[in-house]
Amino acid sequence: MLQTVFAPWDDPTAKPLIRFSNVTKQFGDFTAVRNLTLDIYEHEFFALLGPSGCGKTTMMRMLAGFEDPSSGQIELAGQDIVPVPPNKRAVNMMFQSYALFPHLNVWDNIAFGLRRAAMPKDALRARVEEMLKLTRLERFARRKPHQISGGQRQRVALARSLAKAPRLLLLDEPMGALDKKLRQDTQFELMDIQEKTGTTFVIVTHDQEEAMTVASRVAVMDEGELIQVATPSAIYEAPNCVYVADFIGDVNIIEGAVHPCGPTCYKLHWAEGFAPLVASSEQPFATAQKVFLAIRPEKMHISAEPPAGAENTIQGRVHDIAYLGNISTYHVEVAGGRILKAQAANTRRIENRGFTWDDQVWLSWAANAGVLLEA
Amino acid sequence: MRLSGFNITSLTLGFAFLYLPMVILVVYSFNESRLVTVWTGFSTKWYGELLNNQAFLDAAWVTFKVAVFSSTLATVLGTLAAYALVRGGRFLGRTLFSGMIYAPLVMPEVITGLSLLLLFIGIGLERGVLTIVLAHTTFSMCYVSVVVSSRLVAFDRSLEEAALDLGCSPWGAFRLVTLPIIAPAVISGWLLAFTLSLDDLVIASFTTGPSATTLPIKIFSAVRLGVSPEINALSTLMIAIVTLGVIVASLLSKRNFVHQQQRNTVD
Repeated sequence: MLQTVFAPWDDPTAKPLIRFSNVTKQFGDFTAVRNLTLDIYEHEFFALLGPSGCGKTTMMRMLAGFEDPSSGQIELAGQDIVPVPPNKRAVNMMFQSYALFPHLNVWDNIAFGLRRAAMPKDALRARVEEMLKLTRLERFARRKPHQISGGQRQRVALARSLAKAPRLLLLDEPMGALDKKLRQDTQFELMDIQEKTGTTFVIVTHDQEEAMTVASRVAVMDEGELIQVATPSAIYEAPNCVYVADFIGDVNIIEGAVHPCGPTCYKLHWAEGFAPLVASSEQPFATAQKVFLAIRPEKMHISAEPPAGAENTIQGRVHDIAYLGNISTYHVEVAGGRILKAQAANTRRIENRGFTWDDQVWLSWAANAGVLLEA
Repeated sequence: MRLSGFNITSLTLGFAFLYLPMVILVVYSFNESRLVTVWTGFSTKWYGELLNNQAFLDAAWVTFKVAVFSSTLATVLGTLAAYALVRGGRFLGRTLFSGMIYAPLVMPEVITGLSLLLLFIGIGLERGVLTIVLAHTTFSMCYVSVVVSSRLVAFDRSLEEAALDLGCSPWGAFRLVTLPIIAPAVISGWLLAFTLSLDDLVIASFTTGPSATTLPIKIFSAVRLGVSPEINALSTLMIAIVTLGVIVASLLSKRNFVHQQQRNTVD
């Protein structure tokens, strides 16, 4: 049986829910968003990821209507929304500070938007109850925001922004104020709610793990530009530049010059007097072109004995070990004082480990384990 | 903290300096004798006399009317001015405006009174209750604006954005979200304006006409003929009202502050 994969971005006939066309936003001399074009599809859970000041929050505020683009167009379901004020958009936002109304209780906070839409009393009550149930807040309906915990407040903010059943829900760092454990639980809860309601979510975050966990697609931004827009696995496995590779997770970057050795095979000369590394790449490179090989620490195998049959092998010395319980990250010093990181699962008890600080070790990996990136 | 002898002495001196005149006034308002400086026994008869003195009662009524109208007007104008200055962003002349709104705080009352008098004469407005109300509004609205804008500065802007996002018009967001939250500051601004209007003599005497005599004016002119125990009684009542107003205003702003603190700590 053929399982249908949710990937409207690969379907050329699919109509996007949101379309940014050549959007630029300037604050005085500062350009927050630079000539940006982006499509977001219905039912997507789309993450805008980047360091602070990269323009992700400005993108969101333009969608909500709190900022107007300096130039370019923003469409929602085919309609230009730039002239529409925030209170007339079928878009709701969950604020980073939650922005719960302190003078209203949980119930009235959730009902606030529905009352503005003049919803009939019975329907309003039913909708609020439904939202309370969805976010498991029934017991706290009569409490004021300052009488509930941070996690509960976060759920009130979510319920309030979902109550009007918006076409698009914007979430601005929704888990920024929660501690790590609660954040992980909340991420899964958020995904459940997104699936149940079928609403399109756009989330802004600087936490790459969070973006990877919740999103159907991630847009990595830097200095007002989109660097890469792809699914979490594509971003992780096939970053399109060093910035993305470095921003998402941990990565080793080895610099060198390439020489083709086959249609998709390249030899990377990385250090004088050492055997070149073999790497495969779909993207063509010229002979002697300067490139970066990006390779994830967990894709590097570390062993005390020279491994047999590995495509790439480098000898080195254990410089440092970061013990994380389930895994350890080994910092291995190789030719020229370069440090490479290799990650290994701690399947054996720590005292049975084959190597420790200052031991000679071999790092090995397959030709297709890393990605060649243009320098 | 333990109080040392030095601290107690300086505290006593300071408070004596501030409150001894008023204590004497209050005590002598309960004096039986007609002579202000000779104590003959406790009595509340001067308070009774006061209630029968139609001139004083009329002046009290004028003062009350002026205080209510001017403080209400000042609260509306002062709140709007504070909102525009804090929320208006960077508009042309913003710094000038915010400086100008606080100018009446330091302007000598004589000058304020005189310039208002010239204005009223210039536009041919007959002097009376209306002119005092207008005059009091001009100087007390800046106090309201100071109180309200200090609250607005601490106000989380995203609350208003959330209201807009949920379908409020800008006016709706102000009415349904901003105003209820800053209400304690607005009320304490009103009380402050009320008490300021209640005890103003200088500006009122510049801008009043024969038809409207406020209590401070009445007291001032009565005292010129000699201090009577009746005046003491009246002044005591005014002290009581003003004190009450100030206490309620400071309690309101303190409560507001504590609430904010609570909210900040739970966040």
